[in-house]
Amino acid sequence: MKIVVCIKQVPDTVEVKIDPKTGTLIRDGVPSIINPDDKTGIEAALQLKEKMAGSTVTVVSMGPPQADVALREALAMGCDEAILVSGREFGGSDTYATSGILAAALKTLDYDVIITGRQAIDGDTAQVGPQIGEKLALPQVSYVEDIQEVAADHLVVRRQFEDGYHIIKIKTPCLLTAIAELAQPRYMSVRGVVEAYEKEIKVLGFEDLKDNLELDMIGLKGSPTNVYQSFTKEVKGAGTILKDLSAEQAVKAIVDKLEEKFII
Amino acid sequence: MSKGIYVVVEQRSGKVQNVGLELIGEATRLKEDLKDDVVAVLLGDGVEGEVDKLFHYGADKVVLIQHPYLKEYVTEPYTKALAQVVKEYDPEIMLFGASSIGRDVAPRLASRVRTGLVADCTGLRMAKTEEEFEKEKSMGCEDPTRALLMTRPAFGGNLMATLMCPRTKPQMATVRPGVMKRITKDESRKGEVIKLNVAFADADMNVEIMEVVKAEKKSIDLTEAKLIVSGGRGIGGPEGFDLVRDVADALGAEVGSSRACVDAGWIEKDRQVGQTGKTVRPDLYLACGISGAIQHVAGMEGSELVISINKNDTAAIFDVSDLGIVGDVKVILPKLAEAIRKAKAEKAAQ
Amino acid sequence: MDFKLTKAQLLQQELFRNFAETEIKPIAKDMDEAEEYSQELIAKLQKIGAFGIPYSREYGGQGADVLTYTLAMEEMSKVDASTGITLSVHTSLCCACINEFGTEEQKQEFLRPLVDGHKTGCYGLTEPNAGTDAAGVQTTADKDGDDYIINGSKMFTTNSGFADTFVVFALTDKSKGPRGMSAFVLDRTMPGISVSDNIERMGIRAASNCAVTYENVRVPASRMLGKEGQGYKIAMTALGGGRIGIGAQSVGIAQGAIDEAMKYVKERKQGGRTINKYQNTQFKLAECQTKVDAARLMVWRAATAKDNHENYAPLAAMCKLFASDVANEVTRVCVQLLGGYGYCREYPVERAMRDAKITEIYEGTSEAMKMIISGSMKV
Repeated sequence: MKIVVCIKQVPDTVEVKIDPKTGTLIRDGVPSIINPDDKTGIEAALQLKEKMAGSTVTVVSMGPPQADVALREALAMGCDEAILVSGREFGGSDTYATSGILAAALKTLDYDVIITGRQAIDGDTAQVGPQIGEKLALPQVSYVEDIQEVAADHLVVRRQFEDGYHIIKIKTPCLLTAIAELAQPRYMSVRGVVEAYEKEIKVLGFEDLKDNLELDMIGLKGSPTNVYQSFTKEVKGAGTILKDLSAEQAVKAIVDKLEEKFII
Repeated sequence: MSKGIYVVVEQRSGKVQNVGLELIGEATRLKEDLKDDVVAVLLGDGVEGEVDKLFHYGADKVVLIQHPYLKEYVTEPYTKALAQVVKEYDPEIMLFGASSIGRDVAPRLASRVRTGLVADCTGLRMAKTEEEFEKEKSMGCEDPTRALLMTRPAFGGNLMATLMCPRTKPQMATVRPGVMKRITKDESRKGEVIKLNVAFADADMNVEIMEVVKAEKKSIDLTEAKLIVSGGRGIGGPEGFDLVRDVADALGAEVGSSRACVDAGWIEKDRQVGQTGKTVRPDLYLACGISGAIQHVAGMEGSELVISINKNDTAAIFDVSDLGIVGDVKVILPKLAEAIRKAKAEKAAQ
Repeated sequence: MDFKLTKAQLLQQELFRNFAETEIKPIAKDMDEAEEYSQELIAKLQKIGAFGIPYSREYGGQGADVLTYTLAMEEMSKVDASTGITLSVHTSLCCACINEFGTEEQKQEFLRPLVDGHKTGCYGLTEPNAGTDAAGVQTTADKDGDDYIINGSKMFTTNSGFADTFVVFALTDKSKGPRGMSAFVLDRTMPGISVSDNIERMGIRAASNCAVTYENVRVPASRMLGKEGQGYKIAMTALGGGRIGIGAQSVGIAQGAIDEAMKYVKERKQGGRTINKYQNTQFKLAECQTKVDAARLMVWRAATAKDNHENYAPLAAMCKLFASDVANEVTRVCVQLLGGYGYCREYPVERAMRDAKITEIYEGTSEAMKMIISGSMKV
C-alpha cells in the first residue's frame, strides 16, 4: 500500500503573542512545528504501514525551503520518502490554489491512501484536504477518528460528527483527513534523525509540475479569495467589578450579563 | 447575473440544526444591503416537515432536494446536489455552518465550481465604503456593490482577517455556529418551495456507511469548548467542583480548572487552563475562585466574555474580567445554577 | 570553528527536549520520592534509541556522534539528573568497554542488545576499599579450566538494580596489582550474583545504585574483554570518555535550574514588582548563564575531540571539573533566588541542588580530575 501524507509547517500558535504596544503579531522566536493534525496523519500512516507489509509512506509538504526541517522530522519518525513542493510562484496561494498545487504534485506519485490533517493551526480552514480530494477526484472521509480495518482495496474508518459517528467503508484510492483522536504521534528516534539527514529530499517546483498546473491557477492571481485587511482584536480593558452584593444580587448580575450576550 | 443569498441548512436525523437558522438570520441582514432573496437549501430524505420553519425564520424561498442518498451526510452526494444548485441558480452568496459537515462539503463544492471559500467566519458584511469598492475593483471585482466581506480569526484567534472573493461566484463562506443570531420566529411567514431533482447515479454513493451512531455528547476538549466554567483554589476542595459542575451542566458548559486544583488532585489534568495546561478561547469563561495568576490568564485571555467570582477584591482575575463579582463562590454558585436553569426554562416556554 | 550544532544535531536536541519535557519531567519528582527508576520510562527511552546513541548501526546502535550523546545527557538532566546517570553508565561505561575492547563476536553478542534497546548495562569497578584508588580492587577472577571464577564485592554500581549486563573488573593475577586486572561481561542471571537494595542517597535518588556481591560466579573465558591484565586500562579508558557525559549532565542540571528560576522570577512579586526587575536577580542569572555556557562549550570541545579520535582525556577531565563545579554553584544560586520556595521539595531546584553534588564525586572526583589535568600539563 502506498500512503502519502501531506503536512504543513506552522508557527506554534500557542507561542504566538500580540505585541501590546504595536498590536502586531510577534513571530520572532516562535518555533515552527509540524501542524498537529498532520502529525497525527503521519502516525496513522506509519501504523497503516506496520499493518500492511510492503507499504511505503511518502510525506509531502508545500512551503519555503525552511520546511525542510518538518520533512526531516517526518522521516525521523519513520516515513520513507519526503517531497518538498516549493517555488516563488506558489507564494500568496489561498486554499484553492494550494490544493491545486499539491494535487499537481500528488499526480506525479503513486498512492492508495492520501492522508492530510483536518486543519492547520495557523489558518484553521480545514479546506486543503477536501480540495485535494476534489481535484484528484478521490472519495474522501474527513474527521477520521479511527481506522478500524485495512485491506488492499479498502479501509473501514470511523468518521466523527458533533453528535455521534459513522462507520464508513471506503475503497482505495481515497483521501482521509485526520483529527487528534486518530492517533498519538510517536517520537522521532535518534537513528531516525541520523538517517533522515542521509536521505535526499526531492524538491518539486513549478517547472516540475507544469503538465498539471498553469501560472494563473496559483499564487495570488490564481487564488479566488484575497485578504482585504488583517487586524488584531481590540485589547479589552477591565470591566465592571461589583462589591458588597447579596448572593441574589450577584446571581442576577451574572444572569443579566449572560442574557445580554445571548449565552442563555 | 448571479443572484440570491443561499444558505445551506444542515439537518441531522431529519431535524434542522440551529446554525442553519442563524445563517438565515444573518442572510436577512445581508439582504438589507444586497436586496436579493434569502434562499434556504435543504437536503435530506423525508424532511418536508422542516421547510415551514425555514420560512418562519426568514427564508424567502426554499430549495428542497430529497433523495435516500441525502438522508445521512455523505460527501459526494451532497457535493453533487449542491453543485447542481450552483449551476441552475447561480447564487451570489452561499453560506454554510462551520460544522464537521459544512467544513467537509463546502471546500469540496468550492473546488468543484471553481470559486473561493472563506472558513469559520465570525462576521459578514456587504462592501459599502469607497475604499472597499476600490479595493474590490482593483482585485478584479465587476460590481463591488455586490461584494461580500468575510471576517475570520487566524493564528489561533490572535489575528482577525477580512477576506473577499472578488472574481468568482458564488462568494462562499462557512460561519461558526453560535456567532450569528436568528431572527424572531414569525409563524405567519410563507414562501416558495422549489423542489429540485438531482439525478444520482450508483457511483455517486462512493462510500458505504456501515453504521450510524448517535452518541451522547462526550465531554469535549476544552480548547473546542464554547462555554467554560472554571474552578480555582477558592472553591475550597474537590467537592467544590460539584458546584462548578452543576453550573456548567445548567449552561451546557465544560469544566475547567486552575493549575492549583489539578496539582491538589481535585480534578484531572486535562481540565487545566493556562500556560502549562490548555489555551482556551470560549465565548464565556466563568472563573470561580480563581486568583488569576499570569500563567492562568495566559491560557484564557482570548475568551470573548470573562465573568469572575472571587472573595478577594484585589484578585488579578478582575483585571481581565468583563464582569467581576466580589463574593463567596460557595454561596453564589448553587443559586446561580438554579437561576440559569430557571432563565432557560422561561426562554424555552416562550 | 562556528560553535553551531548541525541541522541533524539540532533536530536530535529537539527530540530529546520534547521527550524530556513530556515523558520525564512530569514523573521526575515522584521517582525521586520513591527512590526508584521507572522501568516504563526505560522502555520509552529505549524506543527512541537513547540507549545506543554514539554506537554504530552495524551493531544495532543509532549511528549518531558523541556530541549528540551530550545533547541527550543535557536535555534529560535538565529535568532529571537520575535519567542522565542511568543513560551515562549504560552508554559511556558499560557499552564503551565492549565497543572499544570487545571482539567482533563479543560486540554482536553483548553490545547489540545493549544499543538496540533490548538490554541495559552497568559497570562494576568501585569497591568498598577501592574508590579513587581503583588500583586497590580486591575482587578476584581465578582461572578454572576454560572458565574464571569471580569472587568479591562491588560498591555503588549504578543501574545494577535492573541491568541485564554487568561489565566487571577483577584481578586475574593478584601479584601484579593493577596490571593483573581483567574485564568480564556478565549476565545478571549468572548464579552467584546478588544485588543489594538501592543505597539511600542525598541526590540522584531515582537512579539505581547498589552494592553487588559476586560469589563463585563462573564466567567462560570467552566473556573476557581484551586480554588478561588489560582490565585497568579498559576501566580507565571508559571512565575517561564517561566524564564527557557527566560534564553534560552537570550542564543540564545547571541549565534546568536556571530555566526554573527564570520562570519563577518573572512571576514572583516582592515590593510591588516581579523580582526579575531587581538588579541582583538580573546579575545573578547573568553570571549563572555565562558559567553554564562556558561549561557547555568545554563539554562540546571534549565531545568533538572524541568524535575526531583526538586525545580527549584531559579535555574530558577539564569539562567535568569545571561543569560539576558550575552545577553546584548555579543550583545553589537558583535555590536562593526562589527563597523559601526554592528549599521546598515542590520546586525542582531543590532536587537539582541535591543532584548536583554527586557530579563532583562520581566517575572521578574533582580532585582526581586535577591530577589528570596537571599530569597532562606535565606540571
